Amino acid sequence: MQVPAYFEYEKATSVQHALTLLARFGPEARVLAGGHSLIPMMKLRLAQPETLIDINGLAELDYIAVDGGELRIGALTRHAQLLASAQAGQHFAILHDAERVIADPVVREWGTVGGSLCQADPSEDLSAAFAALKATMVIRGADGSRTVAARQFHTGPYETVVAPGELLTEITIAITPGGGSAYCKVGRRVGDWPVGAAGAAIWLDGEHSEHGAGRIADAGIGLTAVGAEHFSAAAAEVFLRGAPATAETFARAGRIAAEHCNPVSDQRGPADYKRHLAGELTARALTRALARARGEA
Amino acid sequence: MSQQAYGPLPRKEDARFIRGKGMFVDDIALPGMLHGAILRSPLAHARIVSIDTTAAEAHPAVEAVITGQSLAERGMAWMPTLARDVQAVLATDKVRFQGQEVAFVVARDRYSARDALELIIVDYEPLPPVIDAVAALDPGASVIRDDLPGRDGNKIFDWSAGDKAAADAVFAGADVVVARDMLYPRVHPAPLETCGAVADMDQVSGRLTIWVTSQAPHAHRTLYAMITGLPEHKIRVVSPDIGGGFGNKVPIYPGYLCAIVGSTLTGRPVKWMEDRSENLMSTSFARDYHMHGEIAATRDGTILGLRARVLADHGAFNGAAQPTKFPAGFFHIFTGSYQLRAAYCEVTGVYTNKAPGGVAYSCSFRITEAVYLVERMVDLLARELGMDPAELRMKNLLRPEQFPFTCPTGWVYDSGDYPRALAAAMELAGYAELRREQASRRERGEYMGIGISFFTEGVGAGPRKHMDILGLAMADGADLRIHPTGKAVLSVSCQTQGQGHETTFAQIVAAELGLSPDDVDVVHGDTDRTPFGLGTYGSRSTAVSGAAAAVVARKVRERARIVAAAMMELSPDDLEWADGAWRVRGDPEQAATIAQVAMAAHSGLELPDGVEGHLDAETVYNPPNLTFPFGAYICVTDVDPGTGEVRVRRFIAVDDCGVRINPTIVEGQVHRGLADGVGMALMQAIAFDAEGNCLGGSFMDYLLPTAMECPPWELGVTVTPSPHHPIGAKGIGESATVGSPPAVVNSVLDALAPFGVVHADMPLTPAAVWRAIQGRPLRADLAMP
Amino acid sequence: MQIAVSVNGTEYTRVVEPRLLLIHFIRDELGLTGSHWGCDTSNCGACVVWLDETPVKSCTVLAAMADGRRVRTVEGLANGGRLDPVQQGFAQCHGLQCGFCTPGMMLTGRWLLDRNPDPSDEEIREAISGQVCRCTGYQNIVRAIRWAANAEAASGEAAGAEAAGGEAGGAR
Repeated sequence: MQVPAYFEYEKATSVQHALTLLARFGPEARVLAGGHSLIPMMKLRLAQPETLIDINGLAELDYIAVDGGELRIGALTRHAQLLASAQAGQHFAILHDAERVIADPVVREWGTVGGSLCQADPSEDLSAAFAALKATMVIRGADGSRTVAARQFHTGPYETVVAPGELLTEITIAITPGGGSAYCKVGRRVGDWPVGAAGAAIWLDGEHSEHGAGRIADAGIGLTAVGAEHFSAAAAEVFLRGAPATAETFARAGRIAAEHCNPVSDQRGPADYKRHLAGELTARALTRALARARGEA
Repeated sequence: MSQQAYGPLPRKEDARFIRGKGMFVDDIALPGMLHGAILRSPLAHARIVSIDTTAAEAHPAVEAVITGQSLAERGMAWMPTLARDVQAVLATDKVRFQGQEVAFVVARDRYSARDALELIIVDYEPLPPVIDAVAALDPGASVIRDDLPGRDGNKIFDWSAGDKAAADAVFAGADVVVARDMLYPRVHPAPLETCGAVADMDQVSGRLTIWVTSQAPHAHRTLYAMITGLPEHKIRVVSPDIGGGFGNKVPIYPGYLCAIVGSTLTGRPVKWMEDRSENLMSTSFARDYHMHGEIAATRDGTILGLRARVLADHGAFNGAAQPTKFPAGFFHIFTGSYQLRAAYCEVTGVYTNKAPGGVAYSCSFRITEAVYLVERMVDLLARELGMDPAELRMKNLLRPEQFPFTCPTGWVYDSGDYPRALAAAMELAGYAELRREQASRRERGEYMGIGISFFTEGVGAGPRKHMDILGLAMADGADLRIHPTGKAVLSVSCQTQGQGHETTFAQIVAAELGLSPDDVDVVHGDTDRTPFGLGTYGSRSTAVSGAAAAVVARKVRERARIVAAAMMELSPDDLEWADGAWRVRGDPEQAATIAQVAMAAHSGLELPDGVEGHLDAETVYNPPNLTFPFGAYICVTDVDPGTGEVRVRRFIAVDDCGVRINPTIVEGQVHRGLADGVGMALMQAIAFDAEGNCLGGSFMDYLLPTAMECPPWELGVTVTPSPHHPIGAKGIGESATVGSPPAVVNSVLDALAPFGVVHADMPLTPAAVWRAIQGRPLRADLAMP
Repeated sequence: MQIAVSVNGTEYTRVVEPRLLLIHFIRDELGLTGSHWGCDTSNCGACVVWLDETPVKSCTVLAAMADGRRVRTVEGLANGGRLDPVQQGFAQCHGLQCGFCTPGMMLTGRWLLDRNPDPSDEEIREAISGQVCRCTGYQNIVRAIRWAANAEAASGEAAGAEAAGGEAGGAR
């Protein structure tokens, strides 16, 4: 089995301590949470940080709470905890859908939400889920906290706006009642990275007759593994707003999402297939999100 | 002969494994042991300009660095392969595949060994890589094996079997001919334990002890002697517990030899364990057969003939392990299970810049490829004729009264009741109901498929006059010792990697001698303690070593008869064997058990001719023929055409492996092979890009099926004893791997029939399925542009 | 750096490199070779052990991360000399062949049953979906864990009936 190159190790005892360590050890230091994104890269020697700062002891970052009309997820929340959280699932079923298909049950016990987001793999599932929900990331540095929209969090493959001396501490999502959300993923096998995946969150406007389809008040579409800008499908969202909540609308939204992504051919599939998936899965996620918004699923 | 010892006994070997007390090669820690690591080529084809090991040698934890040059000085830079080619142990002139071994570091711990690899500087001059097997035969293609004298191209061999003229005539006169190209992609057995060795060269005694992941310890010993020049009687090969073999652990890999040299140089034991990427990129792959199949039939569905042309990609060195006379293994059994008038096949082997291998992964020497071809062709014929594929098979299967049957390529199938097995599978599956369900689902726009595969295996190589590997005949020995208190120790040459030999072989001896299986210990894996044989692969353990165990037990029993007669002062003819003892004819209460006789044999009893003071016996079993297990499989899949995802809903498998010693163990063997089929059909492939970069070098991309992709297996059984095997048993270990992939593929293609999809190659990933539906199929073996 | 790790109830203090992986600490440093490794990319699960209360892929965890924590390996499954029902189940149901994936499978099975004493076959399959077996085709592993669940339910019922005072063999 492959093994990492040499590095120094520090254990942080608080967020403040972690920030102090990050400042001391500079840009060649990396934060170590669950390690299930970072350590595999280090074993293959694709990443060779000089220092690891272990934040697994930072209980202050390990929480899921509803507070002030927001769902707040601490960055150190383990995938399994998010999957098991009734609160998270009740407000945002998309998070459960996504967590259920991330890695496997054992990895989910240790890997963290923050760790996956900061690894910023272009095929990472939660990036799309949080983009669909238009979540907000809270980043703390020496000078205090700042917030960044989930859609502005990533700057490129494996790159985020979290600067060397900063720590992602929390993800927040505003809770707007009456919505429904869902995540649809295709992988070559269970636990695989997605070949393509789409997350949808949808809110209907209050007025709709019993026989009408209802109109879409707001929608969020997240896409991963297909080169979608900011892990989202903004053009499709524009189309959806105000449109009737019907299968034809969803199919068309899917086509728009597919047109606006930029998939690359690789081992998981050719670009035309991934583009097709972007559309197909967008439509399916919207369909399931709608059913949930209506309380049918 | 009492068969009460046969049955679903729990396994003796489990006691240590469930406690975590197995002894695998990486569990071995010897005093002063050092660790080796291999530097591998990043390029698929390149000349080596220079290798600078100075910095690595200067690493404080490094004890030695070995290169091809230092091996060449010992005459060990090249080694023979099992196919009578040569393979580089460490590259000297060129590297010929990505991942090829270039240097070997020996260090105090495995982390330092890994670090030191980065300190070795190799200067490569890239050469044009030859990746496409078809392009490898182009006149202008770069010659890979310029190390072989007089070689001006990449062709390894041409081989054919069958009667070309007869086949051509049959095809010319046939109502219907269907032809199709199909690929059996390169896959890898990927046992969960990777390959490795601990070599301990004792400087004083000159004895080499090597613990190694080997499925054939005696063959390894002979080869180590030939390669290293060490005298064979000074070499002890020990295969401890092995974490799966599946053919991956038959060959000798450069790492084993490097560990031996490392130990020789340092005077200390050296352990080399490869990591997973090394296993996938450099050890024996399987398949990679580019096949063109043709089937000829009458309009009413009588199959007349089969033809096949195969391009066999062997990688950079011909390391395929099969009996010498069969460079394409037993591929010519592609005639399958049907009454054919004629058949003819040609196989061309070619070198490419990829890892060597080809025969591995439960292939029964290429029978996986053969069965895939014939079962796909039969399905294609059914589609062409508009016939139900079960009906077409039933119409053409060999009938029981036709056995022994000599197929058009010379195989003598000795036994079988094929229609009964197919009928049993169809009944288990509820075939008619499934077809009705399929029809109604299609009306609703849902797509399910029902795929059938019927296979005949030929396993248990093999008769000495026909089958050898590197000149070593494939006959295996067994020694049986009976201690004075009647406990038995059976030593065999085969080598379990999880197949349960410690239990099943004890059951064989126990059945023959009226003992409890608990009173029979099975010894294997240590060349110092076991008789010579060619090891375990090709489903040969029960077929050959199992036969040897029965034969040697019968020899012991016959000796016991002589002693029992002497004990009772009777003639041996006065005794008959019944209910686990030698009993006086007509007076069965007067009897002697093996335990009683054993004690008597060791006593002062006057012994007649034929017995020398104990009951011990030995034998070398030369199988008169292969054995022919067979089976009928049915796979039900559901396909989502919007995404291309395939779910295996059900898998029904009826197997016939003759007499079954331990049905639970037999079923376990079948379960595994069925999972193999799901994996190969849907997700497994080792692909390369145009530069020869291996794209299947980790389990992130070489995907293996998990418990979620595998349905509950539904097993059935028929028993057609082998007419020649001493206990009527046939092999079973590879049957399901042979039979299952075509069942899954046939099922998916059946589901896709409404879309006009006639064929698509494995692996049928979601992308491949979707592309097939679009009419733009995907190629699995080369990366898409 | 120095770490203190409790493994199967025994406290070990060792000086290790930060980069030492937990699986190597367990196998090479402590000589507990019952846990295995089989890949480079955290896919195969041969290395599954417990870290505190949950299973982890110990090839993807640093020994340093186990400092101050408890580790449970296959060697710690049995209670004194008594095999855990999961171990018994694997032996009864032919849930292993080569034995290489078995320690990890059993530890995940034990964890599942501790949280879900009556899992469906689907739940069992999902629990082990991050671990590869090349020998069994999974069916008998599922049966083995199911066997253990049934055995524990039966003995739990028996214990419960006893505790209820003389009503052994009563309502089941």
